[in-house]
Amino acid sequence: MDVLIDNWDIIWRPLVRTLEMVLIAGVMALVVGAILAAMRVAPIALARAIGTLYVYTVRNTPLLVIMVIAAFGVPELDVRPTVSLGDAELLQFDVFFFFATAALGFYTAAFVCEALRSGINSIPLGQAEAARSIGMTFAQTLRQIILPQAVRAVIPPIASALIAMTKNSSIALGVGVAEATFRMKTLTNNYASDLYVIFIAFALFYMAIVAVIAGVAALLERKLRVAR
Amino acid sequence: MSASVLFDAPGPRTRLRHRIYSVLFLLAVAAVLYWIYRKFDEAGQFEPELWERLLSDGVFRELRKALVFTLQAAGISIVTALIFGFLLAAARLSDHGWVRWPAVAVIEFFRAVPLLLLMVFLFVLIQQQANFARETNALFAVVAGLTLYNGAVLAEVFRAGIYAVPRGQSEAAYAIGMRKTQVMTMILTPQAVRFMLPAIISQCVVVLKDTSLGGIAAAYGPELVRAARTIATYVGSSLMTYLLVAAIFIAMNSILSALAYWLERRLATRGRAAEQAVAEVEGVLEAG
Repeated sequence: MDVLIDNWDIIWRPLVRTLEMVLIAGVMALVVGAILAAMRVAPIALARAIGTLYVYTVRNTPLLVIMVIAAFGVPELDVRPTVSLGDAELLQFDVFFFFATAALGFYTAAFVCEALRSGINSIPLGQAEAARSIGMTFAQTLRQIILPQAVRAVIPPIASALIAMTKNSSIALGVGVAEATFRMKTLTNNYASDLYVIFIAFALFYMAIVAVIAGVAALLERKLRVAR
Repeated sequence: MSASVLFDAPGPRTRLRHRIYSVLFLLAVAAVLYWIYRKFDEAGQFEPELWERLLSDGVFRELRKALVFTLQAAGISIVTALIFGFLLAAARLSDHGWVRWPAVAVIEFFRAVPLLLLMVFLFVLIQQQANFARETNALFAVVAGLTLYNGAVLAEVFRAGIYAVPRGQSEAAYAIGMRKTQVMTMILTPQAVRFMLPAIISQCVVVLKDTSLGGIAAAYGPELVRAARTIATYVGSSLMTYLLVAAIFIAMNSILSALAYWLERRLATRGRAAEQAVAEVEGVLEAG
């Protein structure tokens, strides 16, 4: 235990880094995933094709490869994560953190998209047909019949995607982001005799985040449960 | 587009509107692609010398060496993970609490820990306990990590597969006097394997992808992504080198994905129950 308390000064910041990544990438994944899902069910053939191609490509590429493309490759194109107004740079992000988080978000988005799409597809066509035949408008059908059922169906797979994302945030170590796994690695190099303590402590940290996501998902599921 | 829960079948005016959307979307996509092309061109990513280096024999040799290691690590891991997963599932399905609960703990632990964290731990551990050659250490960390994580996932796949077999099957078997072991080995497992196959192959894709983590955990490891780092310096473009690596992964995984899809289709012809069973088993796989 001493190794953790003595080194708390250098441990807490990487933990916060991981939390930052999870939060930012999580929001990105949900937004981009929703856009992708909309593309995959849109009445435009090209949009559907691009959505399908995106999901297929991302699913078959290791996240690490996507991260190194983003963190080492994209800067070669002179694309930098700065917000500038004229000559004055308003915001400057840490390059590796920015691109690693973006990669994580865009990677997870593919899985969020699949969750949303399968949620929409899980609703029997008869539901929409019945709603339309009793005279509901398109908006009413969507709001009162389709979405309430779809939301319930998508919560477990989206939670699963976000949990996987939390664990995947550790891969940012590979592009030099000082997040939790990075600190675990350096600590095990310096305190080899405390290897087990360090491993279990960092594992518990990730498990805590996973437990929060799973808990929120369970809560939402119970809230949205409807007697059938 | 055919009828869906979101849209009615379009009439002539809606079809016209959709066509206009399609043209606008096409223009937007073309603009984005042109912008990307310009960016690549400006950064000199299309220079002939760069491509000559990228497609040279030396790079090809390095990539092939790394590919062999990656496939080796993935192949060994899949076999060991299947064995470990089978043992875990057998323990998980046991009637004895003292066998079942440790299995539950092991499965839940290894599913919850980030694989990279596990690999880093294993790599330091093997260095402490038995310092083999660096390459062996790296291979051990990758294979052991992949085995523990994927074994836990596959154990859940096996369990879901067993549960997906209709209840009447085991009831009938018990009714004619079979013991639990007989029911498991002679009745449930042979039927469950069919439902599990697509999920197992999907997990093989995950294993192949996750071999790339070995290069980070071991800070050495002759697998593809690590090898690409050296190649990128020689080629002078990280972007093109890593895109090439991505293409290699996509090509390998496409074969596996196609196999999984084909199996799924084949099972779907056996009717809706089989299709549902396959979907149920795949539901335990993690998204990502």
